[in-house]
Amino acid sequence: MRSMDAERKNTGGHTVVVGASLAGLRGAEALRRAGFAGRLTLVGDEPHRPYDRPPLSKSALTGEVAPEATVLPNLHALAADWRLGVAATGLDRQAREVRLADGTTLSYDRLLIATGSRARSWPNPTEAGLAGVHTLRGRDDAAALRQALAPGPKRVLIIGAGFIGCEVAASCRALDRAVTLIDPGPAPLARILGQPVGEIVAALHRALGVDLRSRTKVARLEGNEAGRVVRAILEDGNVVETDLVVVALGAVRNTEWLSGSGLDAGPGGVVCNEAGHALDTEGRPDRAIAAAGDVARFPHPLFDGRPVALEHWGHAVAQGEHAGRLLAGEANETDYAEMPAFWSSQGGITIKSVGLTEGADSMVFAQGSPKEGRFVVVYGAKGRCIAAVSFDSARWLPAYAEQIAARAPFPPICGGTDEHNLTVLSPGFPEKRTSP
Amino acid sequence: MKTGQLFEAVKDEANRADPYPLYARLRETPVSRQDDGIYVVSTHAAITSLLHDPRISSETLPPSERPRTGNPFSDWIVNPVKDHLTNTHRPFIFRDPPDHDRLRMAVMGQFTHQRVHAMRGRSHDLVADLLDKQSDATSFDLVCDLAYPLPVTVICEMLGVPPEDEPQFHGWATQLASALEPDNLGNEEARAKNIITFDEISTYMRGLIKEKRRHPQDDMLSGLSAGSGPGGEPGMGEVDLIASAILLLVAGHETTVNLIANSTLALVRHPDILARLAGEPDLAPRLIEEMLRYDPPVHFRTRRALSAIDIAGITIPEGADIVLLLASGNRDPAVFCDPDRFDPDRPDIRHFGFGGGLHYCAGAPLARFEAEAALVALAQRLVHPRLIDDPPPYRSGAALRGPMHLRLAIDGVAPRR
Ligand SMILES: Cc1cc2nc3c(=O)[nH]c(=O)nc-3n(C[C@H](O)[C@H](O)[C@H](O)COP(=O)(O)OP(=O)(O)OC[C@H]3O[C@@H](n4cnc5c(N)ncnc54)[C@H](O)[C@@H]3O)c2cc1C
Ligand code: HEM
Repeated sequence: MRSMDAERKNTGGHTVVVGASLAGLRGAEALRRAGFAGRLTLVGDEPHRPYDRPPLSKSALTGEVAPEATVLPNLHALAADWRLGVAATGLDRQAREVRLADGTTLSYDRLLIATGSRARSWPNPTEAGLAGVHTLRGRDDAAALRQALAPGPKRVLIIGAGFIGCEVAASCRALDRAVTLIDPGPAPLARILGQPVGEIVAALHRALGVDLRSRTKVARLEGNEAGRVVRAILEDGNVVETDLVVVALGAVRNTEWLSGSGLDAGPGGVVCNEAGHALDTEGRPDRAIAAAGDVARFPHPLFDGRPVALEHWGHAVAQGEHAGRLLAGEANETDYAEMPAFWSSQGGITIKSVGLTEGADSMVFAQGSPKEGRFVVVYGAKGRCIAAVSFDSARWLPAYAEQIAARAPFPPICGGTDEHNLTVLSPGFPEKRTSP
Repeated sequence: MKTGQLFEAVKDEANRADPYPLYARLRETPVSRQDDGIYVVSTHAAITSLLHDPRISSETLPPSERPRTGNPFSDWIVNPVKDHLTNTHRPFIFRDPPDHDRLRMAVMGQFTHQRVHAMRGRSHDLVADLLDKQSDATSFDLVCDLAYPLPVTVICEMLGVPPEDEPQFHGWATQLASALEPDNLGNEEARAKNIITFDEISTYMRGLIKEKRRHPQDDMLSGLSAGSGPGGEPGMGEVDLIASAILLLVAGHETTVNLIANSTLALVRHPDILARLAGEPDLAPRLIEEMLRYDPPVHFRTRRALSAIDIAGITIPEGADIVLLLASGNRDPAVFCDPDRFDPDRPDIRHFGFGGGLHYCAGAPLARFEAEAALVALAQRLVHPRLIDDPPPYRSGAALRGPMHLRLAIDGVAPRR
């Protein structure tokens, strides 16, 4: 019995983790906790030890915490080699080798891919290169943005009203900077939360003093002779004078280094099976390799096996830990089925969500009311609950998470405290949608 | 015993000293229907889930009905109005959102960091004084001589209730706390007594609040009466204010006493840990969390199902009375290994000592400081404490459970450090 266990368990050899951030770190820790005693190497292209990103658009921008103060605590003594500041540039699965940017290679017995995603840059490279045009993904981006905000720019223009765009807008208002927020959708966050909730977010941002422009796009950015951005021309013909632009157009998954590896990896992420093993282009799992966090695309059992790639902090932790156990041979082939969960805070409001709103055909305000500024919205698809989102009412979410996991009929919870007459609304998602 | 009768046995005073074997039996059915129609929830998972479920209501008190006096003016005009006011302005522990949230927020705004921390130092001094009084004793009653006076003084000072009025409260608080015992709710006489007490304490509070409005001081009642919450939002009307003040006073009187007494009992029964605490006072915070798990002051709270709830393979029907058996969840072997062992070194103690969810105890930080001050001083100063009665006599409550007296024989009290 004992020897069989020892056989199945991977307690030695060399495990390489590429991507030294949240999912990579938590994966490495789980691997050790599961008894892996071999060599462990973490490769990360950023020069920093793993740190936390959520504060970067919130407290690190407003100055409540310094960007350097976001280092992630080590939950478990790792005993690992850190290769920081060097990117992985290629993967040879036959030779079981990872190529690094400094020309060296690392051979591995097990590999965890946790390269996450990066901010999508402004599509026109010349305009993107103007001084004063920023994106926000890493700690250095946050430091640069904070520095640019300090002298009091004329106006901050934020392109894209997704979560990061909205958070940056609220943080800039907290610093009393003039802000314009532009999005082609009908309302901020409408792509993710639907139009009725988007309208509430719009009202919140207007109340914060954000100059919100919905249903329009930036056509181009213009610079002065010194190469500094000075204005944006909108598609509707309007002009916004600005000297600081934050491009918040979502994220692109870091999979380029995997091209030629035979893995099914592309802009949509690294395709995995239910357990989290990476699949090759023929759809066969490579059992020496797992992926986790923003970069992984996997069939989610709670959503009928639909492939999803989640950009959520909690998911990076849970899937990272699952992948660590999987590579250690502990979580053998068990499906990863963590309930997706996300939070955001902007303008003093905390938004939390469980489940996935994608595909919702109906929604109700289940508890509280928009008027009070605290409420829970539940989303349904084909008569089942699929997601719930709370504004300053997170305490109810666990109950809804259970309903979602149980595929309870929609609307799920009837006759709750603080409940209003339930009116089923249409989420009215704009055409192109992404998950929160 | 049949499962459907186990909760009856929990309420039976004969089982007060050790209800835990009954809880273990109850946990075999995470949510079990009792013969009288009450649903008892006893596992950690099921309690957690219901504490966060919006279909669970805390509005469990039966409608107030003041007893007939024979005076038609009282019976037909005054008392029905009073009943109506009582029914619509219950203390927020018995209320649901959104009213609960509004009231709780206003009260929490008065539990300022500064005030609570000031009480930390104050607790140390009070405990030192109370123990000094025992310096010549060979035995004393820990409940009457320390566990009770400490939290009472603290809550009176926090609220701004004059200490000379305290003796009046003792009886009132004990009477009102009995509203948490299910058997008293069904008992007409007990209910009538409760209403009379409530009216008496309300009259007192109304006078005190008037006084605070005229001469505001740096205390919670003055802050609440001034009518502003933390964000400058309007606070609460007078009837809600009185109900909240009474809630704080009762909560401050009737719970911490049990934590200190239960902890002392456990420590005297585990002399190795008592000795360790004396030399290692930093152990106190963890030890107190373990106490709140191992033998908490509040054993259960009641709720009502607003609609049918499917849980743990059973459907709780709409309108059913529910008992969340917090002290049983605290001993659930699915969450705590070796749950019946008192072990302050236990990692990750997710106890229900202070409840959970939206009614999570408002006074938790205060209670922790008070218990810490008391237990460290007891460990360091009592010389060779022994229990005179083991088990000690318990107070009658099954929900608010703790020793009525805890007589200790001692070989002296060391001077204060
Ligand atoms: C500003 C901001 C705010 C956010 N706020 C929230 C929030 O409020 N709530 C929430 O749930 N989520 C939030 N998120 C999302 C959350 O931070 C991410 O989901 C999480 O960081 C994903 O972790 P990860 O480890 O998968 O990927 P990442 O954190 O992206 O880490 C991947 C790492 O791999 C490195 N890397 C990439 N390519 C290579 C390579 N070829 N070789 C070596 N290393 C490489 C990257 O530089 C990076 O360090 C926020 C994200 C940002 C950027
Ligand atoms: C050891 C001491 C204490 C214990 C074990 C304790 C325990 C609890 C528990 C279990 C609840 C939850 C009730 C429910 O869910 O229905 C609660 C609520 C409450 N407690 Fe405490 N308590 C203690 C001390 C205090 C003190 C000192 C105060 C006040 C100063 C206080 C004030 C309150 C209030 C106001 C509530 C109601 C909160 C709400 O409904 O939102 N408690 N307490």
